[in-house]
Amino acid sequence: MKNKPRITVSRLIERIVLVFLLLITVFPFFWMLRTAFVANANIFSDSMSLIPKEPTIVNFKRVLGLSTTEESLAAGGNGQQLDFFLYLGNSLLFTAVVVACQVTFSALAAYTFSRLRFRGRDALFTVFLSGMMIPPIFSMLPNFALVRSLGWIDSFAGILAPYLLITPFAIFFLRQFFLGISREVEEAARIDGAGRFQILTRIVLPMASGPLTTLAIIQAVGAWNEYMWPQLVGRDDSVKLLNVAVAAFAKSSPNSQPDWAGLMAAASLQVIPMLILLIIFGKKIVSSLGFSGVK
Amino acid sequence: MKPTLMKAPPNRATWRSSDVPTALLYLTPALLGFAVFYAWPLFRGVQISLTDWNLLSPAEWIGAANYQKLFTDPLFWNALKVTAIYVVVNIGSQMILGLGIAVLMQRLRIGTGTQSAILLPWLIPNVTVAIVTLFMLDPNVGFVNEVLDYIGASTHSFYGNSDLAIYTIALVNTWRNMGYTALLFYAGIQTISPDLYEAAALDGASGWRSFWSITLPMLRPITALILVVSMIGSFQIFDTVSVATDGGPGNATRVIYFYIYQKSFEELNMGYGAAMAVVLFALIFTFSLLQLRALRATESDVN
Repeated sequence: MKNKPRITVSRLIERIVLVFLLLITVFPFFWMLRTAFVANANIFSDSMSLIPKEPTIVNFKRVLGLSTTEESLAAGGNGQQLDFFLYLGNSLLFTAVVVACQVTFSALAAYTFSRLRFRGRDALFTVFLSGMMIPPIFSMLPNFALVRSLGWIDSFAGILAPYLLITPFAIFFLRQFFLGISREVEEAARIDGAGRFQILTRIVLPMASGPLTTLAIIQAVGAWNEYMWPQLVGRDDSVKLLNVAVAAFAKSSPNSQPDWAGLMAAASLQVIPMLILLIIFGKKIVSSLGFSGVK
Repeated sequence: MKPTLMKAPPNRATWRSSDVPTALLYLTPALLGFAVFYAWPLFRGVQISLTDWNLLSPAEWIGAANYQKLFTDPLFWNALKVTAIYVVVNIGSQMILGLGIAVLMQRLRIGTGTQSAILLPWLIPNVTVAIVTLFMLDPNVGFVNEVLDYIGASTHSFYGNSDLAIYTIALVNTWRNMGYTALLFYAGIQTISPDLYEAAALDGASGWRSFWSITLPMLRPITALILVVSMIGSFQIFDTVSVATDGGPGNATRVIYFYIYQKSFEELNMGYGAAMAVVLFALIFTFSLLQLRALRATESDVN
């Protein structure tokens, strides 16, 4: 029995609340985009119009380093630029490697903990899981010392190292699903002579494609968001992540009056890729995130 | 719906002893990663905390001196206090709003398009969120203050006022994460049988009443799970502080992560930073144990 939502006072209030929610989640990003097209000189005079009165792309030009320093200073910046495509490339590379390694290694470990039999298995799993309790700032000091002594400061190796090999949450998450998958198909394949690795890649992983996607999305958002460690060990331009560059751009803003228009242009450049992603894969993302908490 | 630790089938070592080499092979990356990036730092972290290491000259053993200093450091206690305020405000508001939005999603049968719009802030890095909200909340040109001014309310420097700053950061991060929390709750709500609601409606229960008597109790296990996960994340507040307030004004937003970071990597007082990190670890460890116990308690409640 599906009762149609009736139009009542409470329904109306609920709708209004929803519209309000949508407004507060989306509006700041609209406002950011809009301000990115306003010249700094007009920030005060044109602070409320929904569409800029005198739209300009000067902010994007100077943030991307396409304008001369004089133009940039005249527009209210401090000559600071973002080598956007370099940093975007670095961030994409970082995210892709992190997600690929985390999903692969976690799947291998989760399969081991859910299917293979050996002494001390469950104890080892508990030990791994307890790793989640170690606060990242705690490991950051020794990790920094390690990466420094290896000469990996300002290298991708150094930025990536702590993320790749083990992700306790991901192992926990996938193990839960593997345990829920019926073993009958696996046993049949085994009788047919399939090896462990074949069973894992041909049977278990395809059956777990939903949770694997969910995990990849969560870890990708997490990697894209990483800031503390990359800004400590990856300050050189060749390995600087977009996040680190945008934060540095914000911090270098002149003290008298922040370069709002430039900042909003820089922020827009970082939001736009996610916006495109959300428009294309929004449904997939939303429906697969449902997996993560439940089960 | 079982957000519980499922048990693997009994582990009889005698059966298929040939699993050991495979297991070793599959676990190589994880074991290596655990040894290098979890176990070793655990030992090293404690070791560093007992020295005066400053990255530049060789470390010298100074025993518990860092810990003694820490207990009389007002900034350390301030950092713990500020972090506690942040966690309570952030987690409290995020759980309530997340649950509220999830119920709204269910009652209005909201489509995935609208859901993904609500999820948008969660996809944006904290750094960017800090910059965008810094502008939105700016006392001179920020949209929020323009609106407050327009309707005749008093304007505020949300990030720049030491009484408001930590609450501002907590609520900004609630704003960023509530869509994600809502989706987790929504997934939980969808597993509740519609029969329960129909039966309640037949008995004349209002929507409000079925929320308290059906939705909330049925969501207890997932609530506990979301609470544990968000809480661990909430303690790690760093990015927003680093970009938006730099710990200020004064020490109003100098949260524990930020203070440890500054001591260790800006003042190069690694030993002292490590000592604080050890205390933080002990605190989080205790919290997690308490929460896991609570989680177990709810488990037995439901099963």
